[in-house]
Amino acid sequence: MNRAAHPLAPEIRTVSTRDLAWLIGSLAIVIAPHALRAPWWLTLLTLCLYGWRFHFSLNRAPLPSRWLVLAVTAVVLLGVWTEYRTLFGRQPGIILLMLFSGLKLLETRSHRDAAAAAFLGYFLIITNFLYTQSIPTAAAMCVALFALTATLVGFSAPQRAPRANLRTAGVLLAHAVPAALVLFLLFPRVHGPLWGLPQDAYAGMTGLSETMSPGTLSRLAQSDTLAFRAEFEGDPPPQAQRYWRGPVLWDFDGRTWRIGGRHLVAFSPPPGGLARYRYGVVLEPHNRHWLFALETAASLPERTRMSFDGQLLATAPVRSRVRYQLTSVITPESGAGEERGTLQRALRLPAGFNPRAVALARQWREESASDAQVLSRAVAFLRQGRYAYTLEPPLLGADAVDEFLFATKAGFCEHFASAFTFLMRAAGVPARVVTGYQGGELNPVDSIITVRQSDAHAWTEIFLGSRGWVRVDPTAASIPGRIESGLARSVPERELLPLMHPRLEWLRGIRHQWDALAHKWNVWVLDYNPERQRDLMSLIGIRNADWRMLTATLFSVLGLMTLALLAWSLRRLARPDPVQRAWRQFCGKLAARGVERAAHEGPRDFASRAARALPAARQAILRIGALYIGLRYGARARAAGIKQLKRLVRGLRIA
Amino acid sequence: MIGSLLGRYPRFANWLYGFTPPERGTVLLVHRRVYILPTRLGWLYGATVAILLVGAINYALALGFALTFLLAGMGLAGMVHTARNLAHLAVSTGRSEPVFAGESAQFRLYLEARTAFDRPSILARHVGSGAQLVVDVPAGALAEVVLAVPAPRRGWLPLGRVMLETRFPLGLFRAWSYVEPQARCLVYPRPERAPLPPHSAAPAAGGLHSPSPGNDDFAGLRSYQLSDSPRHVAWKAVARLDGMLTKQFAGEAAAELWLDWQALPAALDPETRLSRMAGWVLAADRSGAHYGLRLPGREISPARGDAQRAMCLEALALYPPS
Repeated sequence: MNRAAHPLAPEIRTVSTRDLAWLIGSLAIVIAPHALRAPWWLTLLTLCLYGWRFHFSLNRAPLPSRWLVLAVTAVVLLGVWTEYRTLFGRQPGIILLMLFSGLKLLETRSHRDAAAAAFLGYFLIITNFLYTQSIPTAAAMCVALFALTATLVGFSAPQRAPRANLRTAGVLLAHAVPAALVLFLLFPRVHGPLWGLPQDAYAGMTGLSETMSPGTLSRLAQSDTLAFRAEFEGDPPPQAQRYWRGPVLWDFDGRTWRIGGRHLVAFSPPPGGLARYRYGVVLEPHNRHWLFALETAASLPERTRMSFDGQLLATAPVRSRVRYQLTSVITPESGAGEERGTLQRALRLPAGFNPRAVALARQWREESASDAQVLSRAVAFLRQGRYAYTLEPPLLGADAVDEFLFATKAGFCEHFASAFTFLMRAAGVPARVVTGYQGGELNPVDSIITVRQSDAHAWTEIFLGSRGWVRVDPTAASIPGRIESGLARSVPERELLPLMHPRLEWLRGIRHQWDALAHKWNVWVLDYNPERQRDLMSLIGIRNADWRMLTATLFSVLGLMTLALLAWSLRRLARPDPVQRAWRQFCGKLAARGVERAAHEGPRDFASRAARALPAARQAILRIGALYIGLRYGARARAAGIKQLKRLVRGLRIA
Repeated sequence: MIGSLLGRYPRFANWLYGFTPPERGTVLLVHRRVYILPTRLGWLYGATVAILLVGAINYALALGFALTFLLAGMGLAGMVHTARNLAHLAVSTGRSEPVFAGESAQFRLYLEARTAFDRPSILARHVGSGAQLVVDVPAGALAEVVLAVPAPRRGWLPLGRVMLETRFPLGLFRAWSYVEPQARCLVYPRPERAPLPPHSAAPAAGGLHSPSPGNDDFAGLRSYQLSDSPRHVAWKAVARLDGMLTKQFAGEAAAELWLDWQALPAALDPETRLSRMAGWVLAADRSGAHYGLRLPGREISPARGDAQRAMCLEALALYPPS
């Protein structure tokens, strides 16, 4: 047997300039989001590699030698190392992969190499999702997937018009969707990583931290990133009461407040307060333990504990979006007592700082009969102090509280909370700083409250004997507008993010729509997890499905789908085309009148014989015959003719 | 190994391939006859999807799952499409012109897509010789494949088994099918350049009857007959739109040549004899003579023109082998 080279084997088919242009174009779409994140010069290097390869193809020059490619590889590795001081980890790894796509192109000669490069492109698509899985990313990656697939189709049919290849790629993807949907819904999902993730896997998540010093919150408040979304059953509480409690800070060193450790307590629901709210929260990952709750949580979500200072703590850092259901009460009637040690801690102050503030606090103490009186003096002091609220607070020195209270008189909420807590402690009232979020925007589209980092806030809780811990918001005392109408109307306009601007109402309308969509996307697509999978299975009548049950269901459904697809394709293939169908119908009609077509008889002979035999329908029979011949054997047989043939055959009446 | 096994048990091969050769008329490749397996690229694709799946699980990427499953679904769809690219293709054969032994027989295969979709990149490969060609078959149309199959020996050359293969659209799967349509090509003996047999007076011994000195002198024109050689058509007259006319030569009518098996030395083996006689037929045809052919048990009376040439060569080609 002769072993001639196989013309369909990808190893021997060389890559044409057109193939290469498609490949490079689709890879460029894939790496576009990476390019925006990567250091500019590494992006440029990747594009140079692409361009270099294309240059070889355009000039029909031989590709660079192995050694040159190896040398370029060394340069690439060195470049990544210089940038990151490591070749491992998420970011450097992905950048390397991006550069390798260029290197792979440099040694791409045959369709086999080109297909491998396209597969690498599929791989690069998934790495984009490590950063963001938003709707725009998904849309961009759909385009990339489509382009890569069209490129692969092009490799299999080099002579075909690109438009036809695009159509084939579209059909393939469309046919893939049902199977993909079934797999997505039924493939057994597992919790958690299979092995350790790189150190920087969770880098770059924004949110509150375990400490607070001047400038922390005002910096965070300039970020528009989503913190969480909350959906209330019934009416949500008014803006002024939406204090989302997060980390509680106890220890002060004159500049920075720190959290008080994770000492856990048994949860006991608070007695009924002013109002009770049931709501669900979808929290974005922030790589910390705490969850946010409308203040005074009256229930504990699953896999959550409560700390001694009333923080909700998850058992593991929140590294993927979580949902939890909560009940909260606002202003409970009376708090429980507090341990002495804890109260001592709530009075501790670093010695030697802020003498003026200490003196002022002592003066209030001496002149007041009770803690409540001290509180009202302090609130009055802030209210009359003409303090300014700004996202760009002036820098402060060692006696930060003194400088803020008496000199600069301008700051963001962390300055107010820090100074007020300091004053309270100095006056002998146990006090602590609470950080979290205040307010949040109610989306009129789906009534969901969106809380962003720009809603970050800090306030004070003081311990008032019988009333327990009571929230005092010094920012609200000095600048009442902050809480009632939000950040946007409280700080000077030039300091705001574009979308926080009060005058861009129409833009905010679009944003509300988009937010509602993004929330649905998060809940229904991105957060599809084992629990939801179980819910789905119980919906079709299988309770407590384990992975075996899921796999069995998955394969049965896929099997049925394959059978259906097979049946469909067979039926479609077996069905004759409309012209043939009409002709058979015509022959059937004539046969019923005794004029049967012989096997050897062509359409022209048959039509003329039938016309002679049935002179009444002569005209129609001859026309049908001519039309059929034209449609079946003519160069241009199309829709109008087919329609006419069908009509004539249907209308054929043989008396 | 499998090939030799199938060669030893042809009935098993016929069962496996789903047909009994040769197949008459138009062959429709029903689904049962289309085989499909992943290519190496397909395995690589599968490995890529597996790695993507592990990544999606490890990083709990919902869109990673979506991408992985979409690619898996696309692999399956690609498999169906690859099989569909070949299934229900109608294969028929055309006439192949006779050739001389040592040349290549040009077999014409017609691939017809009777369905409403294009079928690009279909490879037709002659299993015996490895002759192959890639064609695109547009929807509802016919594509012609000419396979040049070497013809080493005279006689009828059957086409034999042809493999049709496609990897369209993704190259991840290879679908193939075998057909063995009833097609054959007549192979004339390899002609041996040889002078025409010597002039001999005896008609039975062959040679030119009453040779005329005026041989090949132009004598006039007469109307064209189908048996006339194109070499004798008065093309200038055709160009003047005078219709098809044939040039007549004075010597022709009188020249009558017998090409006789017995005229060759008895020591010559039959195949060499047939080769030489084929050479004679060509030479006689070129000279424009009336010639006849005598084979043991067969005699073709003298005539001239393409029909005579074809008849004589066919008789030589099909002469019973020794």
